[in-house]
Amino acid sequence: MKCIYLDHSATTPVDPEVVTAMNPFFSMHYGNPSSMYSIAEISRDAIEQSRSTIASFINASPKEIYFTSGGTESDNQAIFTTAQKQKHKGMHIITSSIEHHAVLYAFQQLEKEGFDVTYLPVDSYGIVSPSSLQKAMRSDTTLVSIMHANNEVGTMQDILSLATIAHEKGALFHTDAVQAIGKVPVDVQLMNVDLLSSSAHKLYGPKGVGFLYAKKGTPFSSYLYGGGQENKKRPGTENVPGIVGFAKAIELAQNRSLDDHQHLQNLATFLTDGIQNLVSDVLFTGHPTQRTPGHVSVCFKYVEGESILLMLDSHGICVSSGSACTSGSLDASHVLLAMGIDSATAQGSIRLTMGRQNTMEDMKAVLNVLPEIIEKLRKMSPLC
Amino acid sequence: MYTKKVKDHFMNPRNVGSIENADAQGEIGNPQCGDIMHIDIKVENGVIVDIKFQTFGCAAAIASSSMVTEIAKGKTLIEAEKLTNQMVADALGGLPPAKMHCSNLAADALHRAIQDYRRKHPEVE
Ligand SMILES: Cc1ncc(COP(=O)(O)O)c(C=O)c1O
Ligand SMILES: [Zn+2]
Repeated sequence: MKCIYLDHSATTPVDPEVVTAMNPFFSMHYGNPSSMYSIAEISRDAIEQSRSTIASFINASPKEIYFTSGGTESDNQAIFTTAQKQKHKGMHIITSSIEHHAVLYAFQQLEKEGFDVTYLPVDSYGIVSPSSLQKAMRSDTTLVSIMHANNEVGTMQDILSLATIAHEKGALFHTDAVQAIGKVPVDVQLMNVDLLSSSAHKLYGPKGVGFLYAKKGTPFSSYLYGGGQENKKRPGTENVPGIVGFAKAIELAQNRSLDDHQHLQNLATFLTDGIQNLVSDVLFTGHPTQRTPGHVSVCFKYVEGESILLMLDSHGICVSSGSACTSGSLDASHVLLAMGIDSATAQGSIRLTMGRQNTMEDMKAVLNVLPEIIEKLRKMSPLC
Repeated sequence: MYTKKVKDHFMNPRNVGSIENADAQGEIGNPQCGDIMHIDIKVENGVIVDIKFQTFGCAAAIASSSMVTEIAKGKTLIEAEKLTNQMVADALGGLPPAKMHCSNLAADALHRAIQDYRRKHPEVE
């Protein structure tokens, strides 16, 4: 059976051009970038080349890019080390209530360690209002972390406005841009952020590599103990093939972003309209326009998301669900609940995130089976 | 992550629906926690002659509901009362640990239906 992959927010297939770029760095150019001999220089140059490519893509300088193992590590390093380093200035830190767990749980941990944390609310579209941040800012606030694009519902924040408010009170601003980079323009100067996290596997790059952008002069530090790599900010032998692949993926995103954007937008619109017309009692979640392209998130009332997911899987269609017991917790998605969606409805959420390779035929295939699946599950439901 | 049996009972659930003029009903769970099971039974001479379920929940919840109805059908009330959630999970070839919670409702829903029946028919053994 052909697999129709509609879960690009979870991860993406590695682009064949990325694989080609990475290949020489496994068995041919395997030198440790920290070594002295000439073959190590090839690895070292490749890393610096990649750093430049990535830096210019987000309008940063190469020295401001620190390679990490991915989005989770970048988020953790940004949050823990800046909060700790600024402890003398204050212990109040702010985030939003819809962050990825890589940010949310980091803040919860800091709260346990004595920090005072404000979790900003969002409106029904998942937007953090600049005025709520303004009200939350205090003289002892040292860090604000608000994600650029949300992974569950696709909503994008007005980062410039939020960062400006944080800076007016002298706090640092971090954004988790894992779901934004490669899909929408990300310019650290225009966004006015101090720290930004990214991960390669969301944009057709390899898993297990990411970067943390930290503006020159930002008080952050290494989160691990070890060697002096990455300008002493991230010890450990560099993931050379991963870094090279990441840069290639960024380069491809740069060349294709306009085409990709339109294509993804078209697919999402077609799918959204189709679901709206074919299925009753649905609730589309996230902001209608201020959202990442190719992202459809929708709740089907009276049924549960995992059931929908598995029935779609039996037709070879891969999506994800926000249903509680899928995620290992019994509460519905914290994102949907923060947006004011009742928990029964939130249990019926699924997310379809399209990618470069998807076609209109794929959307039609979904619309061919989805109404029957919902009907079958609703017949089984005591809530109908 | 699910066994073949779970997948089969999820994709082709047995005894779905409700019974008109059911003799008794049992319901457990709530939509907040993601699972609700509703069971209707028809009883003749102390034997469950018909049983139907409706479930809001994940695949584990639906498969467990289906399995419990399959096991209980044709059993006496006394036999059916002895069914445990673990027996249902075992009959499905096991469930992932994180999913035990979801299946734990199936036998409980059946027991509630039997309690309902006993309340209405205290004379039956
Ligand atoms: C918004 C967001 N932040 C962080 C992460 C974690 O990234 P990684 O898988 O690279 O650790 C993800 C990916 O799941 C994400 O969607
Ligand atoms: Zn469940």
